[in-house]
Amino acid sequence: MLNALADPMLPAPFRVLKVNRETGDTFTLTLAPAAGEPGFRFAPGQFNMLYVFGVGEIPISISGDPDQPETLVHTVRAVGAVSRAICGLKRGETLGVRGPFGVPWPVTKAPGWDVLVIAGGLGLAPVRPAVYHLLARRPQFGNLELIYGARTPEDLVFRQELMHWRGRFDFRVHVTVDTAKGDWRGNVGVVPNLISRARFDSEHTMALICGPGVMMRFTVQELLNRGVKMENIYVSLERNMKCGLGLCGHCQLGPVFVCKDGPVFSYDRVRDWFLLREV
Amino acid sequence: METLEPILAAHPFLQGLDSRHLKIIAECAAKVNFNAGEFLLREQEEAARFYLINSGQVSVEIFRARGGPITIATLVEGEALGWLWFEKPYHWHFDARAVHLTRVLALDVKALMQRCEQDHELGYALMKRYAHLLAVQFRVTILQLVDFYGK
Ligand SMILES: Cc1cc2nc3c(=O)[nH]c(=O)nc-3n(C[C@H](O)[C@H](O)[C@H](O)COP(=O)(O)OP(=O)(O)OC[C@H]3O[C@@H](n4cnc5c(N)ncnc54)[C@H](O)[C@@H]3O)c2cc1C
Ligand code: FES
Repeated sequence: MLNALADPMLPAPFRVLKVNRETGDTFTLTLAPAAGEPGFRFAPGQFNMLYVFGVGEIPISISGDPDQPETLVHTVRAVGAVSRAICGLKRGETLGVRGPFGVPWPVTKAPGWDVLVIAGGLGLAPVRPAVYHLLARRPQFGNLELIYGARTPEDLVFRQELMHWRGRFDFRVHVTVDTAKGDWRGNVGVVPNLISRARFDSEHTMALICGPGVMMRFTVQELLNRGVKMENIYVSLERNMKCGLGLCGHCQLGPVFVCKDGPVFSYDRVRDWFLLREV
Repeated sequence: METLEPILAAHPFLQGLDSRHLKIIAECAAKVNFNAGEFLLREQEEAARFYLINSGQVSVEIFRARGGPITIATLVEGEALGWLWFEKPYHWHFDARAVHLTRVLALDVKALMQRCEQDHELGYALMKRYAHLLAVQFRVTILQLVDFYGK
């Protein structure tokens, strides 16, 4: 089983087994080690550095099930040179993988708590492994709710899975979009507004939030208004990265390195930096 | 005859209102059901009624001549619809229709305004709730304007 790779600066070749189109510009790739090793262990919230030969390397969260390490799953939105090259990979082609890196979601601390998972846009990808983990151990937690928002119904990722999760009796799933045309019968509104519909005991609630900065800022504010404690609110942050190992300083945010001390932080730890516009 | 006071008292919009005021509001209220697809209010119509939703789901829409309706918000149980009726000329600025069977308390706007003029304590209690609704709506609108999940 591949774990932390022997030389963390050296990418290991992985073969593309499957590519799924999630939205117009977002794809989910299922990978397996090209050398035939049995799989890849990681904790929910960790990321890999994905390297496309001759193009470059970028950090991408792992979006698959941590209890199924046989394959490695990443969901990527094509925004620039490297992410576009990753999204353009076909079945059978290879890319380089370094990792897993970073501090995971605190799911091992969650037994006995109500857990709110809150995601916006592509932010559902980095929290999906946490959802898998929590659902596989469902009896250990109190209320478990997912609040997920996207710009339009066409921008929702993992639609099949969302429908499957909604069918469970022990998991409340709220999906919302900013605007919708005729045939959408779900919610329209922004994520922070939906927090008032969630059921949780604020004293004993842990919130895992992943999404764009504006969405996280307003969501955190709403949770604080509802009495959730700062130290129980976890956010996943993004910074440009190079080494992924805490060596180059590229991802520094105030006193922390996002690659090594994060990407998952409790809000009380990064509050001052989180509210600053440019750091 | 069934009294609506307990149902009014249980609605989050009116929570904490004293029984004297609830009694006055009950005089202006009626229970109404809307089937899926039925309009609760339509753009340009007089704002005659204001709704407190008890169950179901309502989509608030703007109609575009070319593109048809676009949903800008959905409201569910415990929420209030029709927050612009305090503003002249008392016409709706959007459509709202039931997504599926929706049960509401419909409040007669004219009667309610009259009562508020007669009883300023009631007027203030309702205004406070309105101000809160508007503040929430204002925040939501701003968030919808920026590309909240932006690239
Ligand atoms: C810990 C971590 C986890 C991440 N997980 C994922 C993931 O699971 N899936 C995923 O698709 N991306 C993820 N990202 C973001 C991803 O790393 C960037 O999108 C990528 O670095 C862009 O590189 P590029 O060469 O394709 O584009 P660049 O040439 O670097 O950028 C092209 C354009 O895209 C913009 N851009 C850059 N980064 C982002 C971004 N994050 N979002 C939106 N626009 C951006 C740039 O401002 C620029 O205008 C993650 C980032 C971090 C730090
Ligand atoms: S990416 Fe090099 S220190 Fe974080």
